[in-house]
Amino acid sequence: MKRLSTLLGLSIVGAVVLIAAGADFLAPHDPFAQNLMARMIPPCWMDGGSSLHLFGTDQLGRDYLSRLMYGARISVLIGVLTVVTSGLIGTTLGVTGGYFGGRVDDAVMFAITCRLAIPLILVALTVVALIGSSLTVVVLTLGLLLWERFAVVARTTTMQVRNIDYVAAARAAGASTPHILLREILPNILSHLIVIATLEMALAILLEAALSFLGLGVPPPLPSWGLMIAEAKDYMFFSPWVIMVPGVALFVLVLGINLLGDGLRDLLGVSTRR
Amino acid sequence: MRPVLEIENLRIGFPDGTAAVRGVSLRVHRGETHCLVGESGCGKSVTALASMNLLPRGATRSADVMRFHDEDLTRLSERQMSRLRGARMAMIFQEPMTSLNPAYTIGSQMTEVFQRHRRATRAQGMDRAAELLERVGITAPGMRLAQYPHQLSGGLRQRTMIAMALMCDPELLIADEPTTALDVTVQAQILRLIQTLQRELGLAVLLITHDLGIVARMAQRVSVMYAGQVVESGSAADLFGAPTHPYTRGLLACIPIPGKTPRDQPLGSIPGTVPKTGAGFAGCAFRDRCTYATPECAGTIPRRTVAADHRIHCTMVPA
Repeated sequence: MKRLSTLLGLSIVGAVVLIAAGADFLAPHDPFAQNLMARMIPPCWMDGGSSLHLFGTDQLGRDYLSRLMYGARISVLIGVLTVVTSGLIGTTLGVTGGYFGGRVDDAVMFAITCRLAIPLILVALTVVALIGSSLTVVVLTLGLLLWERFAVVARTTTMQVRNIDYVAAARAAGASTPHILLREILPNILSHLIVIATLEMALAILLEAALSFLGLGVPPPLPSWGLMIAEAKDYMFFSPWVIMVPGVALFVLVLGINLLGDGLRDLLGVSTRR
Repeated sequence: MRPVLEIENLRIGFPDGTAAVRGVSLRVHRGETHCLVGESGCGKSVTALASMNLLPRGATRSADVMRFHDEDLTRLSERQMSRLRGARMAMIFQEPMTSLNPAYTIGSQMTEVFQRHRRATRAQGMDRAAELLERVGITAPGMRLAQYPHQLSGGLRQRTMIAMALMCDPELLIADEPTTALDVTVQAQILRLIQTLQRELGLAVLLITHDLGIVARMAQRVSVMYAGQVVESGSAADLFGAPTHPYTRGLLACIPIPGKTPRDQPLGSIPGTVPKTGAGFAGCAFRDRCTYATPECAGTIPRRTVAADHRIHCTMVPA
């Protein structure tokens, strides 16, 4: 059962990543090409659908499947870049605080507490109002705000690892502090960080969709899933599929990442248990 | 001959006010095993850590003399110190199960020390590691080098730790209870190994233990520690032949000797507990448990010479 769900998660994430990477070749139409003669065509399995547009078209006559594929690219990009940024910040802070303890740790804990007190959406709103919205702004906003879980986990796991004998043994063998942090401690807390990374990635993708829905995320006409839902919400009573298609895509991707994360946690948990 | 490690009047304090070590002096010579023996918490491990400058944060250290060959350890910077550690002075820890990093293979951990201190290539390091694994009695070293610590038994790991300590030909080997975590047969093998290596390589070994059996077997010189002080020191023959300090005598009375210890009689024990030796503590720390205690014992305790190189820290005048 566990294996099955991990495999399911892996194949969902793998498929989405492949689609995102190969959108240029896989997409049947240009995602930006409008065709006002072919607006609001339902998907092929509904009445009035056509095999030309498998998932139908939106209010401007753009092919929905193509937009979905290009939207996957935005989601994956945001997810990965955000996690890399926040992971770097959080891990650096957490490992530093956990290893050195004392005043340094107090400072790190203070930073984490401060971060927890910052309302994400409000900050995003302010940033977009000041700088304007773009992919970079969304990645940086999320990346600079989502690091606290990395910091908390890196800090506690570092505290556990730093007192184990091999760290003392490394010092007794003449290792420098950077060496101990990077080569002795980091590899041993990596499994925990990977699990956090998957959870954060799912969160980042959902937050991007939420921000785009509010008009604070990536600007149109970029095909982001959140933006697709936002643009379609006016038509949802007569053509519910316009929000269903990107909604289901979002749901499936986040579910897949979470399943994969769960599976990884069990897998890595077993191999690191001693 | 100059000792490899010379410590004079070492004092170590912890931030909570405990005086962990109160004036310890010891010398370790080349080709000699010096045993530091004492019960848990008497400061023997801390003494070893202090000589490698690896004390926990917040601990304070002072010493009149602390010398490794010609290097004044009290004056070395952290950078100079880490150049010594692992290269000229090496240490083996008590717990072989946690002393190896689970994230790396045996080979890469062993090679790392060599690469760091000798600026050697990885291939040279691997050759050296294989040679040493064979030296410490591990068969198929090539296979072991590629394995991870969890694939090795406790005895094998401790052998690996010893091999790793020897990578850069150290002059001083500090072994902090190297066999406590191992079962008795493996313990005997490891001790024999340390003995052989010491003889062949002319190492100076500082062996920390609470087991007088190990001391009797390994030591040329012994320092008995109690509550942060060396109460008696001398050659192993002197110490076992003519134990003088009441604490040493008490310790030896606790050990049954087949054929010598009378049957049907309880073994010796030392009544009481170790006192707290914080700031302001004066006199002999053993006086409350000592059958020979006199009012003098609350004053300054003199160092007395029993025989050449056999000293006690006691008010008693040796006969």
